[in-house]
Amino acid sequence: MSLAHDARVTVRPTAAVQRSKLRGWPEIDNPAAWTMAAILLIMPLIANGFFLIEIFATTLILGLMALSLMFLAGYGGMVSLMQLTIAGFSAYMVAVFGVSGNANISLGWPWWLAVPMALALATIFGTLGGALAVRTEGIYTIMITLAIGAAFYYFTNQNWAIFNGHTGINTVATPHFWGINWRSDIPFYYIVLAVAATCYFAVDYVARAPFGLALQGVRDNPRRMAALGFNVNAHRVAAYAFASFVAALAGVLQVWNYRQISPGSVSVGACIDVLIIAVVGGITRPIGPFIGALIFVLLRTFALDFLVKLGLDGNRFRLLIGLGFLAIVFWSSDGVIGLWQSWRRRQRSGAASSSGRHDRGSGQGSSHG
Amino acid sequence: MDSVAQRLSSVGAGAALELRGVTRLFGALAALTDVTMTVRPGERRAVLGSNGAGKTTLFNCITGDFPPSSGTIRFFGEDVTHFPPYERIRRGLRRTYQISALFPGLTVQDNVYLACRGVSRGRFSFLRPGQNDALVHAAETLVQAVHLTGVKDQPVAELAHGQQRQLEIALALAGAPRFVLFDEPAAGLSPTERAELIEILTSLPAHIGYIIIEHDMDVALRVVESVTMMHNGRIFKEGLPQEIESDPEVQELYLGAGHE
Repeated sequence: MSLAHDARVTVRPTAAVQRSKLRGWPEIDNPAAWTMAAILLIMPLIANGFFLIEIFATTLILGLMALSLMFLAGYGGMVSLMQLTIAGFSAYMVAVFGVSGNANISLGWPWWLAVPMALALATIFGTLGGALAVRTEGIYTIMITLAIGAAFYYFTNQNWAIFNGHTGINTVATPHFWGINWRSDIPFYYIVLAVAATCYFAVDYVARAPFGLALQGVRDNPRRMAALGFNVNAHRVAAYAFASFVAALAGVLQVWNYRQISPGSVSVGACIDVLIIAVVGGITRPIGPFIGALIFVLLRTFALDFLVKLGLDGNRFRLLIGLGFLAIVFWSSDGVIGLWQSWRRRQRSGAASSSGRHDRGSGQGSSHG
Repeated sequence: MDSVAQRLSSVGAGAALELRGVTRLFGALAALTDVTMTVRPGERRAVLGSNGAGKTTLFNCITGDFPPSSGTIRFFGEDVTHFPPYERIRRGLRRTYQISALFPGLTVQDNVYLACRGVSRGRFSFLRPGQNDALVHAAETLVQAVHLTGVKDQPVAELAHGQQRQLEIALALAGAPRFVLFDEPAAGLSPTERAELIEILTSLPAHIGYIIIEHDMDVALRVVESVTMMHNGRIFKEGLPQEIESDPEVQELYLGAGHE
């Protein structure tokens, strides 16, 4: 046996060393990631207001919601369909506690009080939902979280005292301070970018921290985790709390983006959209949800014109998304990321076989394929 | 449940593991019937028996994977009958599984690190371990002890069967185990790997007792000082390895005429 694994050691010694070096911050040596960060930072110089908000800010907000699902599903193996509901709840709470056109409902708190309140309540809401959901596995988790989402949708439709029924809450105030209107295009873009980047790095960081590792252990083998001394359900509930906080942040940004919130934003269809975004992008890495969200937003925005040009009903853009979803799930077990990784692997093995002849070390060109 | 006085008095009893009248029913089927056994701290014992004799169910009752239908289980004097598995593990009980129960998506090092983390504080820590983290070192030492240092950064899904069996044992030795349940650790191992397994088992610190379920008598009888034979969910015979091996009833029942 020792012979066998000694042989294995010599196969990939550099990989092992590199991987342990990368334990601190990921992607620090990845030029593609730096380019991407730079482009996102100077986006206001490149893109006009429409692209900045309707495409990129919206992508980042939807990406955040899908990120919270990716954290639960990718690391915890729990497919929760209520992440959008938690974001919607948070959005409603900002509108209810803050200032809006519906003065009979909104309490008129300043944003710096209303937002923490909304985040706290939405996180509690998601954690309680999670505490229910963790008693089930697999398809039953999906059903319970979908039921919570559907119940919330119908409740908002029918409750007029707090949620203002099907009209929702309109003209929600957005923050103004230091002489800046933070909802004007460029400041808002940077707020969204900052929150999305923070959450992205937080998820990426936590994945390698004891909490995140234990969550992946729970995903792979809950029974063994219990036999190692872990309280599996407590871990799952804590994961829901963390993911709910991310979704709640997205909800705050969402209500600031549209300046209104109505039951249409928390519909069952929208809940499922978040799942589609996460799966299309890929749920093994935190970048996946953002890729999925970009594809979704681009299709939603432009497929309409494209379809009309073809002489079809523009509202059929979901058909395109559905076909894309089918294609990706069919060809890749892990969304766009999976396609990208298998393409990189083919490139690498091609490069390795050609560089082998020239005696050049090719190895792990990209640690983050 | 117990009064403090009762619990204190039972500490003096000195058994690592004490089962009294443990019965486990699956519907109408009794997988275990009235099992009573006492294992001293540091004692090494084999549990033998044919398939369906209740050996693995016995382990599942001891660890709490399936709680017993009736009876009591004491671990170092403490009544753990109604404890969830993780509470028993945190008290020093460990187990391995007949079919490797690992975390295929994580590396070998992370698997062992989780095992070390599970029995210490900071299970919910959001901070990554630093370079000098004691548990990272503990995990590395353990990885070395089971000869897996060479593959420590490989995902477990890529390991060979024998290496997975070794990792299975490493997970059970993390932290400060006081008593370990090994469920067929030699299953599927080559003769060389079996020799390594015997070496790992015999070189465990003397205070760590264990129960081993093993069909391979050559492995089982070389690493234990006492044997319990089970049959149809009941304890059938207890004794020294040589007594059990030469017992005609045991040979009839378990070893069969074709043995050796």
